Amino acid sequence: MKNEMQIQFSALSQNESFARVSVGAFIAQLDPTMDELTEIKTVVSEAVTNAIIHGYNENPAGTVQLIVVLEDDTVAITIRDDGKGIGDVEQAREPLYTSKPELERSGMGFTIIENFMDELTITSGDQKGTTVYVKKQLSKNKVVSH
Amino acid sequence: MSFHVETEQKNSVLCVRLQGELDHHTASAVRDKVDEALANPQIKHILLNAEGLTFMDSSGIGVILGRYKKLQARGGELVICTVSSSVYRLLEMAGLFKVLRLEEGEDHALRTLGEAV
Repeated sequence: MKNEMQIQFSALSQNESFARVSVGAFIAQLDPTMDELTEIKTVVSEAVTNAIIHGYNENPAGTVQLIVVLEDDTVAITIRDDGKGIGDVEQAREPLYTSKPELERSGMGFTIIENFMDELTITSGDQKGTTVYVKKQLSKNKVVSH
Repeated sequence: MSFHVETEQKNSVLCVRLQGELDHHTASAVRDKVDEALANPQIKHILLNAEGLTFMDSSGIGVILGRYKKLQARGGELVICTVSSSVYRLLEMAGLFKVLRLEEGEDHALRTLGEAV
């Protein structure tokens, strides 16, 4: 069975927790493990923070779109912004690379996303906004309770 | 989302206790509070107690590394204690254990920094 949800919100930092809590609540129906839930919430937090800081330069007029699709035991998440985009996606994916070191960004966002998910696709271009698509298959070897 | 930073000076050590979720939104509270305390030149080390930390993402890594760099300038150490498994994974992934020391509890960590409890 396929189940989908979409939300969109202003590019405000207080919405980072709103985004991960919303996704966490939606995927709860697949009964993820605590580790899986934390991993997915972390990934959402990273991508949404990127959209707010890098996509929109923290301009709250920007809108972040979040789509979550559940199908069988798979969680697919799309995080989209219409911000300034990433000129060099390969460079952005490199561990420790950050375009904003003055903000104490660690440059670990995409590395964490790659580690926690099975699949990561970044579609972007200069002034073209950024779409981050991630996918994760949840473990099936859980204890079945009746 | 409530987030709380508590700081307490114990001679040369600044104890920083975090409560709640540390992300980009809450990182500035940690940065401001710790940096304000670091204005006191007596403080050499930071002991970060992560017991109440229920979530952390790479913004937390950034704020920890930023404080580490400040301590480095004064020859101090950054010690972290009472870390959950998810926070541990993130710190390890970012290679932070190369620069900060992990200890089990606050009292023990304080003793390793030469401060009596």
